[in-house]
Parts: sequence; structure tokens; C-alpha cells
Amino acid sequence: MLEIRWHGRGGQGVVTAAKILAAASLREKKYFQAFPEFGPERRGAPLQAFTRIDTIPIRIYSHVTMPDAVVVVDDTLIGHTPLTEGLSEESLLIVNYNRSPGELRSRLKMQTGRLFTVRATEISLANIGRPVTNTAMLGALLSVCPAVSCRAVEEEICYTLAGKIKPELLEANILSFKEAFREVKGE
Amino acid sequence: MRVVAETANGAVAEAMRQIEPHVVAAYPITPQTEVVEEFAGYVSDGRVRTRFVPVESEHSAMSICVGASAAGARVITATSSQGLAYMWEMLYIASGNRLPIVMALVNRALSAPINIHCDHSDSMGARDSGWIQIYCRDAQEVYDTFIQALPIAEHEDVRLPVMVCYDGFIVSHSLARIEMMTDERVRDFIGSYKAVYPLLDRDHPVIYGPLVLYDYYMEFKRQQAEAMNRALEVVFEIGKRFGKISGRSYGLVSSYRMEDADIALAALSSTARTAEVIADELRDQGIRAGVISPRLFRPFPAKALLQALGGIKVLGVLDRADSIGAGMAPLAADIGAALQSAGSNIRLYNRVYGLGGRDLTLSDLKSFFLSLERAGQGKEMPAHFGYLGVRED
Repeated sequence: MLEIRWHGRGGQGVVTAAKILAAASLREKKYFQAFPEFGPERRGAPLQAFTRIDTIPIRIYSHVTMPDAVVVVDDTLIGHTPLTEGLSEESLLIVNYNRSPGELRSRLKMQTGRLFTVRATEISLANIGRPVTNTAMLGALLSVCPAVSCRAVEEEICYTLAGKIKPELLEANILSFKEAFREVKGE
Repeated sequence: MRVVAETANGAVAEAMRQIEPHVVAAYPITPQTEVVEEFAGYVSDGRVRTRFVPVESEHSAMSICVGASAAGARVITATSSQGLAYMWEMLYIASGNRLPIVMALVNRALSAPINIHCDHSDSMGARDSGWIQIYCRDAQEVYDTFIQALPIAEHEDVRLPVMVCYDGFIVSHSLARIEMMTDERVRDFIGSYKAVYPLLDRDHPVIYGPLVLYDYYMEFKRQQAEAMNRALEVVFEIGKRFGKISGRSYGLVSSYRMEDADIALAALSSTARTAEVIADELRDQGIRAGVISPRLFRPFPAKALLQALGGIKVLGVLDRADSIGAGMAPLAADIGAALQSAGSNIRLYNRVYGLGGRDLTLSDLKSFFLSLERAGQGKEMPAHFGYLGVRED
């Protein structure tokens, strides 16, 4: 089973990203859970969301405490939220960050786990015109953690966002997703 | 059949659309909100012809359900926590008048202190209200059980309201893989509604809610208790019938690896699923562990439970609500009574866990399971009652 923890702020589409990834896995006949951190939600306040994916039915209903991957959608959380909590040596940390992974590792005082960065805010601004980074971070995650195929996620992005945003913005989100997939950097 | 990614709340709203009851009266409350929100959307979009009554309180919601049901309508509502507490007075009116109302009860803790997360204090507070209570382990069971709830409630041998209980947030808000049936199949399964003694049948006038003193009150209650007991068979039959059309059969008690178990855990709702994972782990270590989960809680399926327990020596019972001051929590007290009446010598240890949404960690679950194993071997004498996963210092 793959367990993913998402960090972001209310209004950034973090819960939507966690759900898109889960629902995309249904297109590959997988089993999944996706749920927000259970609590009152406020725009701009730090929040977490979780995705579990497996090839067999998932029976665990406890919290995710040892994630295989952690995705940080908003870099202003660095230093304010325990982003590296529960990480093991094999865990992946993928952060929306415009400087090098090495610099971030020392800022986070990160001991274990593999670190990746992606300039998701710049990518989203260039493609969508707004710093909405959830679809870019989905691309970055899939690049280093192929939980589901890109095609399934692209289809799910279109399915989830269709009717909620304009068709040209939908296309921009897919471009953002693809660019972040290519641009993610490891140490 | 469709396989969808949906939350349990979304699945209930969808089941309600498929059922298309005559009347829904409900007031939104966390974590039940999406059920009411989504269904109200179906009403305003004209996808159902249901009369949706937005009320100013849950007391009014249940009052309208009672009135509409007595008038001859098929009626559904949904609530959580304080909402159920506020309905309490009217719950007894519904069951005492033998009105087959169906409710989605999204389990949440009760105030004070205020808390929006899952425990079973709300439904356990209503366990003696004369409502049938069914607890669901996951979102698929929620969808399936909600559809079964109508023919159970409306069965001529039963005619009692049904509460379909599932864990707030943990199951209600988690996206899950759910197999849904076609509208036609759902409607065939539940059948068209046959009103019994409807108030609106002016050619056959009837009275609901008369004054009945010591002359006949006890006979009324005795009949109600008989109807509740008959629900055991009806719930079982309908669970089997549902299996024939969906491939997912339901009984009264769900068991996991109980055939040759020495020790077992009993729990309601999603915790029973998590416990399966630990049972598997212990099995790998050579410990014969199993899990049982009463799906039906009212009426209490004592016979099915004893059968499922088989030859185990030690049973741990996990309760997500306390009966403060009783010395044993509700599920354990009922299981204990069933064991005592049957002259069983299975030893029972009860733990209260998960109040107000406190996470039951895999390690807490495992250590309790292991203490049962040591108790079975006479190596340890655990306390008969206590709290699990709480700060004691």
C-alpha cells in the first residue's frame, strides 16, 4: 500500500489533488482512500490531506503516520508545519520550492528521506496565470512516485475540473501538470 | 452496475436519489452535511419528486418525519451528534407509532467539550429508543445497508424505524471505491411503498398517539418489543436477498478468520476493518486471532454472535462510547449478557477507545490484542475495563 500526505493551505486545492489521485487509481482498477485532515477548514489555514492506494481492498482506517510520500504545495509552510514527520529513509518529500533541494534539506534539518523540488508556483503562473499549484504538484509527485499512470491522472483532472473551470484553464492545468512532471529536481 | 469514487455521504445522497422517498426532512450538521446538501441539490434540479422540508431544527425534522410517515409517506432523514440528541424525544414517538422512517446517522461525539469527530455516543444514547440500529464498516456497506434499510423498516412483521450508522469523517468523508446499482434495480429491490393505516385514508380513520395508561400501555410496548425481535430474521433475509442482486451478501454479524480462532476482538464500524489487519499480522506470528463485528446492534443478535465466537477463549471488546459509571461500555455489556445467558466461559475484556475521533493506532490495537493472547495463556491478568489510547499521566 502506498500512503501519501499532502500539505497546503485552505483554498489551494490540496484536498482536490488528494482526491484526483485516488479517483485516477480507480481508472486502473485499484483501491484507494482519500480524505482531508479532519477539522474545521478555513481559507489560508494550513491543512493536510491523505491518499492511500493499493491493488487490494484497503482495510486500515487509522491515520496516516508513516507516509511513503509527502507533497508540499505551499512553501510558506516551511518552518511552521512538521513537514518531515514520520518520514523514513525510503520516503519521498516533494516540495514546491524555487531553489535547490540541497538548500531546502538544510533548512528543513532533514535527516532521512529523499528530497525533490519543483518550481510549481512559477510553472502554474506561466500556464494558468494564477499560483494554483495542485495540478503541478500532482505532476511532480507522479514523476518520482509512479502510483498511477499520467494518463489516468490527466483524465481524472479533466473529469473533476470540467464544468468548474473554463475549458482553456483546463488545458492550462494539464500543461502545468506535464511541465512539473518534467521539471522536478532531485539532489 | 457502476464502480465509482465516492464518499459514504455522497453514496447515501445517491441512494436517496435512487430511492426517491416521498418526504425528506433534515437539518444539516457536521459530519452529515453533504448528505442533506447533495440531496437538496437533486430536489432543486428536479431529479427527484421528493418533498424536501428544510427545517429550523432536528426536533422539527423528526416531527415532520413522524407526521409524514403517519400520513402514509415513505420518509428519510439524516443527522449526527447534537442533532440526534435534539431529536431524542421524537425518536420514541416514531418507534412507538411503528413508523418505518429511515435515518442516516453519521456518528459524532456529543458536547461538552464540543467536538465534531467520530465516536458512537450519539447512537448509543438512542440504543433503547426502539429504533433498529445497523453499523457499517466501510462506504460500500453504507450504500448497501441504506438500500436494505427500507424493506427492513417497512416489512409487515417489523414496521419500525431504522438507523444506519457509520463513522463520521473516517468513513463519511473518505473517498472510496463503491459499486452502485442501477436505479431500476434499487427500485425493484425496495418495491413501491405500501402505506399501513395512513392518516390520509379518510374512509378508514385511525388514531396515532392516543393516551394509553396502565390499562394497555404495557401491551403496546410488548408488541413493539416483539416486532423488534422479529427484525432479526427480517434483517437476515433481506441481507441474503440483497446478495442475490448485488453479489454482496449480508448477515447479522460479520466475522473475520473466526473459524479456528483462540482470541478475538469485537468492534463496531470501521474499527472492525482495521482490526482485521492486525489479526492477519498475529496469524503470521502463529497466534490464532479473529475479528467479529455485530452489524446489527438493535435488535442485538445474541445467537448469531455466540455462533460466530465459536470456541474462542478470550474476547476483547472495543467500544467507541462509554456508559459512564456502568463499569462496562455498551457493546461489551450486551456481549457479556449474551455470554452469561448462554453459560459461556469466554473471558471478556473491555476497552473504550477513539472518543472524540482519537485515532486508534495500529500499535495500540496490536498491544491490546497481544495482552488478550497473554491472558489466554494465563501469563497476564489485564483489567476487565479501561480506556485505550488515552494519556494517563
